[in-house]
Amino acid sequence: MPTTTYTGTEVTVNDEGFFTDPSQWREDMAPQIAHGEGIELTDRHWQVIKFMRHEYEAKGTGPTVRVLGKTSGVTVKELYQLFPKGPAKTAAKIAGIPKPRGCI
Amino acid sequence: MRRIVILGGGTGGTLIANRLRRLLGPRAAEIVVVDADDEHVYQPGLLFVPFGLTDPAGLTRPRHRQLRPGIAFRRAAVDRVDLEQDAVWLADGTSLGYDVLVIATGARLIPEETEGLAGPGWMDKVFTFYSLDGAVALRSALSRFDGGRLVVGVADMPIKCPVAPLEFSFLADWYFRQRKIRDRVELTFVTPLDGAFTKPVASRELSGLLNDKGVDLVTEFNTGEVDGQAGRLISYDGREVGFDLAVMVPLHGGQAYVDRSPGLGDELGFIPTDERTLQSKARPNVFVIGDAAGIPASKAGSVAHFEGEILARNISRYLAGEPLDAAFDGHTNCFIETGFGKALLIDFNYGTEPVTGRFPGRLGLPLLRQSRLNHAGKLAFGWLYWHVLLPGREIPAVRSPMPTAGKHSPASSGQGGSPPQTRKAR
Repeated sequence: MPTTTYTGTEVTVNDEGFFTDPSQWREDMAPQIAHGEGIELTDRHWQVIKFMRHEYEAKGTGPTVRVLGKTSGVTVKELYQLFPKGPAKTAAKIAGIPKPRGCI
Repeated sequence: MRRIVILGGGTGGTLIANRLRRLLGPRAAEIVVVDADDEHVYQPGLLFVPFGLTDPAGLTRPRHRQLRPGIAFRRAAVDRVDLEQDAVWLADGTSLGYDVLVIATGARLIPEETEGLAGPGWMDKVFTFYSLDGAVALRSALSRFDGGRLVVGVADMPIKCPVAPLEFSFLADWYFRQRKIRDRVELTFVTPLDGAFTKPVASRELSGLLNDKGVDLVTEFNTGEVDGQAGRLISYDGREVGFDLAVMVPLHGGQAYVDRSPGLGDELGFIPTDERTLQSKARPNVFVIGDAAGIPASKAGSVAHFEGEILARNISRYLAGEPLDAAFDGHTNCFIETGFGKALLIDFNYGTEPVTGRFPGRLGLPLLRQSRLNHAGKLAFGWLYWHVLLPGREIPAVRSPMPTAGKHSPASSGQGGSPPQTRKAR
């Protein structure tokens, strides 16, 4: 399993850079992960990131874009403005949770 | 006497009603099936309607006629479920108490949730074959189509029968070749997924097949808007795909009554359900079958069939006060029509992705490979549906647990189905 270092702490990630152990994530790592995705975090980003963490803890998987749009308080349109390369995936990566399970 | 109320008289509701009626003695429980109408549509047939391969009139039969004697059919829309009172409130103002509730109301198409999809151009330049009306309207639109850009698009997952839009693309290629205008038609398949399908091995095979048939593949396209007048799909990230005719699979959700029933459903109106026992997470006496269930399995008739065997047993165990059997493995089995009288077959479950080999054993139908045998299997399925599946009988040699005997297992297939690594970066 590959590892990478954020704010001086080594964490395990998968081939695409998603955390495999969400308990290794700390809030102060988020800006650095986001920077790697070309994103400077604002309060709106944080609203989504915190929501992702909460959903993951409650359900064991990150929400899809559509569910995020219905429940996070941020519309799908704005989600794409915040995370242009795909909100569900990018926000999951920054929030330190595994890549959301695709639907079947 | 105890009462089992089954909401929905479609594939799942009908087959579980029939299985329960056989399993439980007539004095053990009363069984009531509730549905808003009495028209049972054979949904796998909808795919063939637009191409003139099926008579739409033959796809519908009365719901109540598919139920065994000793099952009551109540024709009424559901207003809401009251989990506290163990009662279903119907739209006519009456209520129906239950000891066990089975939710089998499937998925609902929600075109209006995508901006512009149900607006100008809907049923004129923009169609869906996911409803009987839509499939019939598309048939005449296709027959008038003499060339141009045909786009097949999936708004977002989850959808019923996730292979159907791919099958539509394959059949469209066949259809325009038959009409000798294939060279004048540009076919494009648009999907929110990162490949043609959700599972890696099948996704590779099906992407290859799209390519062989000259169908362009546009991936990771989340349709934010459909502009029917200008003829373009616009993704949330600002990309555009132009069309002269669009065949869309709209967003899916659960039925509206779920949203009116506190504590029953999730954000999309599906019912959170234990993926092994099929008991709802809302209440121990509420069970779920088919597309209505929020479980990580395909929304497909074969899933409802395989669930039926486990669920009938679990409801019987629940009534007897016995522990439930955590036996459902997510088994899914789909024929994928590829045109020219051929079809592929895929077979998978929660832990095993679709692979090559044969089904259900070494001498069976070829998996993930085009074959006339599979096409014959797909056609035979229409008869099996009405005469074996809905009555709740077993298909010989095809039981609920997924068979593995004839399958080739790729080294890295397994939990979660991560793609096999062909090459490591140096």
